Amino acid sequence: MKQTRRTFLRTTLAASSVAVAVGAGLLAPQRVLAAWPKNAFDAKTMDEAMTAITGASSAAASNDITVEAPDIAENGAVVSITVKTTIANVEQLSILVPKNTTQLCASYILTSNVDSFLTCRIKMRETSDVVAVIKAGGKLFSAKKPVKVTLGGCGG
Amino acid sequence: MASKPMKIKAWIEEGTTNIAGIKVIIFHEMESGLRKDKATGQFVPAHYITEVTCEHNGKTVLTCLWGATVSKNPFLAFRVKNAKKGDAIRLSWVDNKGEKEVGESTVE
Repeated sequence: MKQTRRTFLRTTLAASSVAVAVGAGLLAPQRVLAAWPKNAFDAKTMDEAMTAITGASSAAASNDITVEAPDIAENGAVVSITVKTTIANVEQLSILVPKNTTQLCASYILTSNVDSFLTCRIKMRETSDVVAVIKAGGKLFSAKKPVKVTLGGCGG
Repeated sequence: MASKPMKIKAWIEEGTTNIAGIKVIIFHEMESGLRKDKATGQFVPAHYITEVTCEHNGKTVLTCLWGATVSKNPFLAFRVKNAKKGDAIRLSWVDNKGEKEVGESTVE
């Protein structure tokens, strides 16, 4: 009887701790998905924005990411950016502009059914790099492209 | 509020059999909150899209989290794998004032 009770306790405890671990691991990204990360978009420095959106302040530079943007943008209000990568299993793609008032422009959560290719249009306040940060397999990779802006597009 | 409905174009990419190219343009002010109204000298309140969800045959394939620094009348292009002619593409967005729009299209 005692033996059974002990075994029962041991197995249930082990099972429940596993369930908690799985729950924490699986639920965390879902919560991130559900809520718009206000703190990341409000961040006023590159480090803050990076940490808030990706969880780390730096990313390894990678040659497998291509950031396509015009060399000179005449109008900073509309700058077309295309990001392509050959990195597999891309989970998230973020576009940041270090010299904008708020650095984080956009963050895309990709599923395996989407090709690693994205185009969007952003605003740029002044001449700056455009940084693409890719999260794949829990690792961060980044690439950048300088864009010269002749007319800023964030304020009046 | 969007001045006119969003436009979605979806087609099977040339040279492929199952990759669909999607191009979307949403008509939205995307006001950053940093611009001043020239007449009153007051800041124009921020009004921008925060989240765009892209669905392929009812399944979410891409979630876009946008900030105020996405351009006015945002344009978005991406590619969906395992697609075929006639597949349903559905896009929905919500902005910081809670306004919403849903757009639908089929792969050509």
